[in-house]
Amino acid sequence: MDLLLHQVLAGLATGGIYACLALAIVMIYQAIDHLNFAQGEMAMFSTFIAWQLIQWGVPFWMAFFGTIAFSFVAGVVIERGLFRPIHDAPVLSHVVIFIALFAILNSLAGFIWDYNVKSFPTPFGSHSLFGNGLMSAHDAGMIGVTLLMLVLLYLFFRHTRIGLAMRAAAANPESARLAGIRVGWMIALGWGMAAAIGAVAGMMIAPVVFLEPNMMSSILLYGFAGAVVGGLGSPGGAVLGGFAVGVIENLAGTFIPYVGRELKLTIALFIIVAVLTVKPSGIFGRTVVSRV
Amino acid sequence: MQQDTKPTGEAAAVGPLAAVSPMAGAVKPAARPTVARPGETIAGIPLATWSRMAVLAGFVLAVLLPFTVKNFLVFQLTLALIYAIAILGLNLLTGFNGQFSLGHSAFYGIGAYTAAIMMDQGDIAYYWTLPAAGVTSFAVGFLFGLPALRLEGVYLALATFALAVAMPQLLKSTPLEGWTGGVQGIVLIKPDAPFGLRLSPDQWLYFLTMAVAIVMYACAVSLVHSRTGRAMIAIRDNPIAASAMGINVSLYKSLTFGVSALYTGVAGALGAIAVGFVAPDSFTFNFAIALFVGLVVGGVGSIPGTLLAGLFVLFVPNIAEQVSKGLAQAVYGVILIGVIYVMPAGAAGFVRLVVGKIARAVR
Repeated sequence: MDLLLHQVLAGLATGGIYACLALAIVMIYQAIDHLNFAQGEMAMFSTFIAWQLIQWGVPFWMAFFGTIAFSFVAGVVIERGLFRPIHDAPVLSHVVIFIALFAILNSLAGFIWDYNVKSFPTPFGSHSLFGNGLMSAHDAGMIGVTLLMLVLLYLFFRHTRIGLAMRAAAANPESARLAGIRVGWMIALGWGMAAAIGAVAGMMIAPVVFLEPNMMSSILLYGFAGAVVGGLGSPGGAVLGGFAVGVIENLAGTFIPYVGRELKLTIALFIIVAVLTVKPSGIFGRTVVSRV
Repeated sequence: MQQDTKPTGEAAAVGPLAAVSPMAGAVKPAARPTVARPGETIAGIPLATWSRMAVLAGFVLAVLLPFTVKNFLVFQLTLALIYAIAILGLNLLTGFNGQFSLGHSAFYGIGAYTAAIMMDQGDIAYYWTLPAAGVTSFAVGFLFGLPALRLEGVYLALATFALAVAMPQLLKSTPLEGWTGGVQGIVLIKPDAPFGLRLSPDQWLYFLTMAVAIVMYACAVSLVHSRTGRAMIAIRDNPIAASAMGINVSLYKSLTFGVSALYTGVAGALGAIAVGFVAPDSFTFNFAIALFVGLVVGGVGSIPGTLLAGLFVLFVPNIAEQVSKGLAQAVYGVILIGVIYVMPAGAAGFVRLVVGKIARAVR
């Protein structure tokens, strides 16, 4: 029982990382209706900028918010510059552009800041919370920041005019345009917000996994998995999904004998696929009914 | 399908279903008013004849090429052709049936390992491994297609993606190590040319691959033009309308998954024979992404486009590396963006557009 509790706690700590990124993934999905493969690399690049600012002697919180602002602008610029010109192209062509963006950002970060692992400061301290080393103050802080972002996003999308306009633009672009919403700019804004949330996620994750150009590769997989399990239409579901993936991964590694340790990612993914076959649009996703 | 109620104009080219299809733009190349249509002519010769001449010229070139270039280039061309077959498999699934897959590296890996294990453990001749790899991959693909029936779009992408991620781990895992050789993989011996033919092993493998490719392409062309192929396309365009017409949607979707896996699996077996080495890390998610990129660049739903896709997947990363070692990935990304900007619907859509323009210009 003690072991189970420990593993669940450790799972929640790693799940916080996935939840953070899953939230960013769902945000951009709501804004542009695509899964952004480059999300992790955008977050990684933002984190490098924060690291560079801190290296130059900028105080942590100033670097933190400066990076968020920069990421927001960069997200808008990427949408306007890269995706706007081909918005008529088939969806699969867009996915290829995501892959291209992934390759460019990854390679560029390695070129500018090299591939050595760097440590990233935490604002919460890294002492252990429960005296057993399973959850540190930073893990708790990270979970807190994720939940705070979730609440802010909820308020933004439910209770502001611009949040409503963004949702309308994503759900039904034609009708939204007829209602006087500038759909193109709403999508750009969605990109900006997703990049900013990604930046927060990156800066929260970096103290745990350390900073390097490939830091996001495996986390992104779990983040996607969490987002899809929770339901791509639901930010709250994505956060819960992220935590669930972390816990499942840990429990599978501990309790499934023989193959558990080697195949814990495989087992986690297998469970996800199993969940999806029972509930095809995620646990908290709404089933989409379309008119024929 | 009632032929006489077909709408006229653009929609006629893809059948009456296109008019009501919400998915039409998602998978098919965007309909353009200037693309070449069947029945048009350039210099008085019908387009169909032109394309037959192009195929013939390509064939002659492909036969002569290995005698004029270096062995390493012959090997590379063999690999490009193998990738083309793998992408053809993916195209049957995505381009003609509307199902996404980010997991075809897994089927390629299954084919490669089937061939490698048979040759390594069973001492079976390399040519027998191809049908075996096809059957194994078909079985796995068909079985995977069953739960995948419930999933669509990004959810299907995630499920297939899980397969791609799981495959290298499974191949490395302890229970299978006795057969797969674990992380080390399996080293194979390249076969020599049979019947006393005076060909180097690379040249022989090139012609073997070409022969297999010709058979598989011919099968794919007749498949998509058959009753079954029309059923696949109808499901892509509108599953509900397809099932209303009496098509067994579940069966056709799973079968397409199986056939798609079969193509990619045979390509994997050829790849194992041609490279002479298999290891788990050759079949990661990155390879699935490479196949997917090839599919889009070649043209989703175009069979000749996959040949170009194979060349792209093999050569463009090398070109990027030659431009800049440190920024190879970035150069690759920029090339990719450039290609999509110039040809949003892939090379196949681009060729159709250009041919259509020429046909109209010389008329």
